[in-house]
Amino acid sequence: MNDSTPISGIAAATDAGAPLAISARGLVKHFGDVKAVDGIDLNVPRGMIFAILGPNGAGKTTLMRMLATLAKPDGGEASVMGHDLATEPRAVRSLIAMTGQFATLDEDLTGRENLIMLARLWGFRGRAAKQRTNELLAAFDLSDAGNKQVKDYSGGMRRRLDIAASLIVTPGVLFLDEPTTGLDPTARQGVWRMIRKLAGSGVTVLLTTQYLEEADQLAARIAVIDHGRKIAEGTSRELKAATGSGFLNITLAEPAQLEKAAALLEKQLGASVQANAEGGQLSVLADTARTANEAVAVLLAAGIELTDFSMGQPSLDAVFFALTGKPAEDETAKTETGQ
Amino acid sequence: MSDASLSLDLPHAERPRPPSAFSNAIVFGWRAVLKFKHLPEQLFDLVMTPIMFTLLFTFVFGGALAGSTGDYLQFFLPGILVQTVVFNSVYSGMGLSTDIGKGLFDRFRSLPIWSLAPFAGLMVGDILRHLIAGGIILTIGLILGYRPEAGIAGVVAAFALLVAIGFGVGWIFIVLGLLIRTPMTVMTAAFTFLFPIVFASNIMVRPETMPSWLRAFVEVNPVSFMTTAMRGLMAGGATFTEIALALAAPVVLTLVLAPVVLWLYLRRE
Repeated sequence: MNDSTPISGIAAATDAGAPLAISARGLVKHFGDVKAVDGIDLNVPRGMIFAILGPNGAGKTTLMRMLATLAKPDGGEASVMGHDLATEPRAVRSLIAMTGQFATLDEDLTGRENLIMLARLWGFRGRAAKQRTNELLAAFDLSDAGNKQVKDYSGGMRRRLDIAASLIVTPGVLFLDEPTTGLDPTARQGVWRMIRKLAGSGVTVLLTTQYLEEADQLAARIAVIDHGRKIAEGTSRELKAATGSGFLNITLAEPAQLEKAAALLEKQLGASVQANAEGGQLSVLADTARTANEAVAVLLAAGIELTDFSMGQPSLDAVFFALTGKPAEDETAKTETGQ
Repeated sequence: MSDASLSLDLPHAERPRPPSAFSNAIVFGWRAVLKFKHLPEQLFDLVMTPIMFTLLFTFVFGGALAGSTGDYLQFFLPGILVQTVVFNSVYSGMGLSTDIGKGLFDRFRSLPIWSLAPFAGLMVGDILRHLIAGGIILTIGLILGYRPEAGIAGVVAAFALLVAIGFGVGWIFIVLGLLIRTPMTVMTAAFTFLFPIVFASNIMVRPETMPSWLRAFVEVNPVSFMTTAMRGLMAGGATFTEIALALAAPVVLTLVLAPVVLWLYLRRE
């Protein structure tokens, strides 16, 4: 696609003609009758943070596992850091690291022992393995916890150790499968900072997430995936722009009036309304400030009190809604098994 | 713990010269040793059942079965060693199932290492387990009055046979570990199959008093061959045929199941 579009400082630095970190064409993976990944193309420039966004069961993890040589594609082809996935898996493995969705650590060993074990598997000998382990523990703020067994770690500490374990040898591409799922907000911020710094040092990061905010915050480009297909790709700004110029967001004083308000807005603005029932909030596409203003006036005239209203760019939630015709969260329950 | 202090001043690290397959295997062996260090209670699990068996059978049934507790211990101890090793060979399958379930094997598989190194580590763990459990049971036997007539050489030979038995039987549970996602299910499946094989053998009693159909099974049960050879090695006078028969099952299991393990592991989803 438009790989050379200058999106941010990082992307601009890897200009047109720069080799790609990941290039995939028509990747397919079935599990029985289910097409977990159904023909996905991907171009990820080197040094970029690239997010794969989608609900549970959309095929994100399967796509990532194929790119990390852990699952064999049933169709299509891909290369990672210039090496073909099918014919040179070992070369690919020496240039990538993957942090899975769940901490892939030995719970019975200490954090330090886990890192030393992996460092030695990579080929660091006695003292070099210890030194690299110390560097990693220090960088991830785990020096004090290094001699504790991993089973006694908090979720945030596990996650950090898990990512540290992926950086024993600085990888060309780091795969992060839902790096902040299950973390509290502070720990999540910490992981985000770490990911940005890694990308700043030249590591390409491909991450999956079901948090729209996470993709928005971190990634220079986002591919939106649903039912094994890529339904959109672009920068966060481009994705938002694709759904319309602006959104009118309204908070009702009386949530019980939600349906009435939604019907009025739909009639006035001719666009479908996305409702959040708990908070009594509504979002609807509004082309200009003037049409939005008129719509608010219609609500007030009908006796619907508002506690708040604002014009804004659509949230990625709204983008997902516009792209798939349904909210991102809806699929969680019914397609859980696809992963 | 706050993440605010997270500095990530992490120096770049180039990949060192790739290590040898042997060095990979040593690392996994080291991991197995660390497990013993961190989970000493695991050893308790390993030896409690055989110790209970030794004490109960010797003192409760020994007199009735063999005339005196001392005579029975002399008969029973080599057999309880076989039983211990066969039962304990389930552990590597359970460990494997745990590692796969936790995604640890995915990390190993995404490393550019000798792909069989993790299994070599399991084997190292197994061998250590068998030697430690066997050593403890032999010590208790010696305290209770067991005397290996063939001396140290006989005991060393018997333990070598034990390790070979554990190695061979272990393949069954490594296959189960690769196929079954929950460690407890591996254990249940294993014991459903192991109990009849171990009990319908000559470990506890001589088969002469059994009904003929059972006796026919006991006499061709590989566990009986193993027990007979162990008795022979520890008491002196084991024949070449006895040892060959004891090794037949482990050798066949290795030849048949090692390629299956390799195939199951290397086949990617």
